[in-house]
Amino acid sequence: MSIEERAEPARSFGLSEESRQRWHARFEHFPWWLAGMGVLAVLVFVLITTDPDFNQAFSIIRAGLTVTILTTIIAFAVAILFGLVTGLGRISNNVLFRNLATFYVELIRGIPMLVLIFFIALVAIPGFVRGLNALGAMMLEAGFGSLATPFISLEISQVDMNLRAIIALSTTYGAFLAEIFRAGIQSIPKGQMEAARSQGMSYTQAMRYVILPQAIRNILPALGNDFVSMLKDSSLVSVLAVRDITQIARLYAGRSFKFPEAFSILAVMYLAMTVALSFLVKAMEKRMRQNER
Amino acid sequence: MNGKNDMISMRNVKKYFDSVKALNGVNLSVEKGQVVVIIGPSGSGKSTLLRCINHLEKPTSGEVWVDGELVHDHPKRLNAVRAEIGMVFQLFNLYPHLTVLENITLAQRIVNNRSKQEAAQVAQAQLERVGIPEKANAYPTQLSGGQQQRVAIARALAQNPKIMLFDEPTSALDPEMIKEVLDVMLDLARAGITMVVVTHEMGFARAAADEIVFMDHGQIVEQAPPTEFFTKPHQERTQTFLSQILSH
Repeated sequence: MSIEERAEPARSFGLSEESRQRWHARFEHFPWWLAGMGVLAVLVFVLITTDPDFNQAFSIIRAGLTVTILTTIIAFAVAILFGLVTGLGRISNNVLFRNLATFYVELIRGIPMLVLIFFIALVAIPGFVRGLNALGAMMLEAGFGSLATPFISLEISQVDMNLRAIIALSTTYGAFLAEIFRAGIQSIPKGQMEAARSQGMSYTQAMRYVILPQAIRNILPALGNDFVSMLKDSSLVSVLAVRDITQIARLYAGRSFKFPEAFSILAVMYLAMTVALSFLVKAMEKRMRQNER
Repeated sequence: MNGKNDMISMRNVKKYFDSVKALNGVNLSVEKGQVVVIIGPSGSGKSTLLRCINHLEKPTSGEVWVDGELVHDHPKRLNAVRAEIGMVFQLFNLYPHLTVLENITLAQRIVNNRSKQEAAQVAQAQLERVGIPEKANAYPTQLSGGQQQRVAIARALAQNPKIMLFDEPTSALDPEMIKEVLDVMLDLARAGITMVVVTHEMGFARAAADEIVFMDHGQIVEQAPPTEFFTKPHQERTQTFLSQILSH
């Protein structure tokens, strides 16, 4: 009783010690950065709805969203395939397979992404098409006339820049994802492979049914983060004149001289997508920690 | 023993890890239905010997014969041989992403090509045998160590192995769980399954073994039936080892 009586005067000043600490903890842990983002979002929303210039910029740039999103999703799906195969190659006992995989990974990692995109889209793919043409010519000489036709008639101008951009992005990211897959596979205790092999499973079966399901579950957050990175890096394909949001914003700004409008809208579009995706990844991580066995 | 009728026959098996001689010329025969317990100080090559039987470790030289067939590295043949040799590990090595039932049915389905239904029936029967039929739908981490090891035994038995290998199956268990696992193993021994067991459990060795093999420095020092082995060991190194482990 007496303790509460002594506590009474403090409360009369406003807050008790206990609730002051509670407020302090709330202050400390409140996601102020997110509130900042929210303010930014509201600001941009207000600008878009009230300012005709911003409104115009938004409705024009918005047209590129489909290209940005589709390019990212398709390129990432292909990159996962490249990454899985290359990651398996990195840990393979086969000398050729392992060295090819390492060559690919080190090659890609040593070259800036922008340069890679130029190189793959404007050198490697045209070179590949010329190679197919030459192959077709050889087949024609060897007497496989009908089979050779598609090889000969293929022209580099038929391979559109959207496709080249996707190939360039997935080739680049395949090397990054390979390292994630490799690390994920190597994080599984050796005993798992031994148990599977001792039961008579082949290496491939053990990988498919025992190792990879566990490894992929472990690397899902890392894959999610790389998906966010790829969404941002997809802006680089604007150098190939692919009409993604970056390219459209550049064109619009150059034409109208409305640089602040175009690039603020562009930046906020990327931000909105990446922040939302980051939340998804975080939620995924949290769920995984809860399910951790 | 002429070697031809043995379930397992190891002939001058050597295994070197770089410069370390883990096995230095081992000859061992195990007859059908025999229970052989391998004991010895740590680092003496017990586990390596066991792992050479199903080529989880590939011997540097020497031959391993299992049921009249030379174990070698042709992948398909080796997988077929391994499917007939059940192995139980110190750390259980259950598949954590699968339920107990799935742990036991996976290899049956993809290695033994059994139907889903048949595999599940076999799994359930083996879970009865090791005394935890009610855990079929649990995940390994929801089980105690002793239960996990019994699932691992059921998983191996489900493939109808000719041989069961046990690599220190109770070493990672809390003391109160050792008995439940040893009881299951003792049942198997009495059921006539050919077993090779690496263990420090001398009580089990005495009760279950037909032969005890004592190893040191990558070699078999002494081999004898348990009564003889524990009462009148011939080799001085065996006597020293036994006096050290049995003094308490």
